[in-house]
Amino acid sequence: MTDLAIHTRSLTKRYGSQTAVNAIDLAVPTGAVYGFLGPNGSGKTTTIRVLLGLAGATSGDAELLGSAMPRGARAVLPRVGALVEGPAFYPFLSGTANLARLDAANPGAPTRTRRTRIRTALERVGLSNAANKRVKAYSLGMKQRLGLAAALLMPRDLLVLDEPTNGLDPQGTREVRGLIRGLAGDGATIFVSSHLLAEIEQVCTHVGVMSAGRLVAQGTLASLGGEGGRVRVDTPDARGAAAVLSGLGLGDPRVEADVVHVTTERLGSATDGGVAAEDIVAALVAAGVRVRGFTVEHASLEDRFVELTGEGFDVVR
Amino acid sequence: MSSVSAPSLFLSEIRTIFRRWRHLSILAVLAGVPILLAVAVRLTTSPESGQGPPLLDQVTNNGLFVGLSALVICIPFFLPLSIGVVAGDTIAGEASLGTIRYLLVAPSGRSRLLLIKYLSTVVFCLVATLTVVVVGALVGWALFGAEDVVLLSGDTITTADAVVRAVLMAGYVTVSLAGFAAIGLFVSTITEVPVGAMAATVTTAIAAQVAGSIPQLSWLHPWLFTDKWLDVADLLRNPIAWASFGDNLLLQGGYILVFGALAWARFTTKDVLA
Repeated sequence: MTDLAIHTRSLTKRYGSQTAVNAIDLAVPTGAVYGFLGPNGSGKTTTIRVLLGLAGATSGDAELLGSAMPRGARAVLPRVGALVEGPAFYPFLSGTANLARLDAANPGAPTRTRRTRIRTALERVGLSNAANKRVKAYSLGMKQRLGLAAALLMPRDLLVLDEPTNGLDPQGTREVRGLIRGLAGDGATIFVSSHLLAEIEQVCTHVGVMSAGRLVAQGTLASLGGEGGRVRVDTPDARGAAAVLSGLGLGDPRVEADVVHVTTERLGSATDGGVAAEDIVAALVAAGVRVRGFTVEHASLEDRFVELTGEGFDVVR
Repeated sequence: MSSVSAPSLFLSEIRTIFRRWRHLSILAVLAGVPILLAVAVRLTTSPESGQGPPLLDQVTNNGLFVGLSALVICIPFFLPLSIGVVAGDTIAGEASLGTIRYLLVAPSGRSRLLLIKYLSTVVFCLVATLTVVVVGALVGWALFGAEDVVLLSGDTITTADAVVRAVLMAGYVTVSLAGFAAIGLFVSTITEVPVGAMAATVTTAIAAQVAGSIPQLSWLHPWLFTDKWLDVADLLRNPIAWASFGDNLLLQGGYILVFGALAWARFTTKDVLA
């Protein structure tokens, strides 16, 4: 139980008649980089608000680092760094002064080391040169960085980052990914939400997918990629190859001159009922098919994501 | 640990309040009142008694009275306006900036944040009141000198005694405003629009004073938080009429308890969605 950094049971949050979060069971293992995905309006931020004790759950319960929320907020939150629904600062104060204020609000943060910790945090997000500028003059990307700096003021066991790359330029996005890798390397658990898959796919170990308030999938990145994918064989013996592929039960191959394609749900290893790529090649060769090229593409997380959350561009609710 | 750094957020709050141009200009306007008053009195020969305690007549006798007269002038409107702006901004201002969620996640603790917000508003009340009294005293000193003071009761007291009374009056007005600040704190917890909270808070002070001026509502008067506001002049009698000081303390204490409790009940249970 305690090896889960975040654990919710049937967590539900209703606003009036609208169910923003519908009975979700999150399980974020300690040390994981957990990508919390879902389209806009799917309940990601609401979940984060409830996890952090900003909003109360309608039913169900939530545990953060082993303590029930919101009861354990005082003990747990100093160990948690958070970025919730975009950065928010006092525009009339400098970056440094803003961080000093947030640090002062944390009863667990020693006053003695405040100045040094603020400087280090600003350095880590590349804001040293703007430290004494008023936040009024910051760009969205700079505010986002300052928000990350606030989350890094103290050593944290858990970081909850809601859309951390929002408003950042490509370099900034890369840096944030680097930062997340670095923090994970130090042993922190990272819970990062995003509606942009490509950003998350590269750093996550685990993924949860939200759709219309429900958690529709959750697991390691590999398990979520699933058995779906495409097999492509380049061969002068296209017909023979197609026969072998359908013989393996991979589905209905499509033949185009010297190329055979098949889209399948059965890729994987023999132990879990799938067909391993090496077995396909062996079968082709055994059947005397001359193989010039062989490619297996596992379904990308994006395909899976769209499959789980629907194609539509419209906000679901 | 928490006891060591507990004052930290309070100091940060005070610093934040006094770093805002809005709040500094409020203090500047308040400082302008005694200056305007002193200059006007100096330029005209015989000021006439208006409403309220007959303080203006005393101004020419002693500079200290400039501050005290200015205080009385500011009590009905300028001071409630100033405190309404600061008290209405406490929670609603943080909510509209979104900073409230980061303070709570820090974690400031909801009760602790509310208490700190209230205490720093009371500090602002004290600073606002002292600004009027001190600037008034200095300007008065410069324009009229500081001789022995003739009180409302006809007795004469020394300048030193007068200074003590000026401080007491500033304390009295601060206490008067503390109950009002609690109302502002509560209003601030029910909205995310600071301007709305400020306007609503100031409106309560005006409404209470209007109700206080309607004789048919005399049964209500002792319960109005504005009822003892002008009794500050009782501190200028000899001996000091301490009864009004005590009554005021009791009345404001009641308002602080009731509205403090309402603010606490509201703020500790509400979903922070800002």
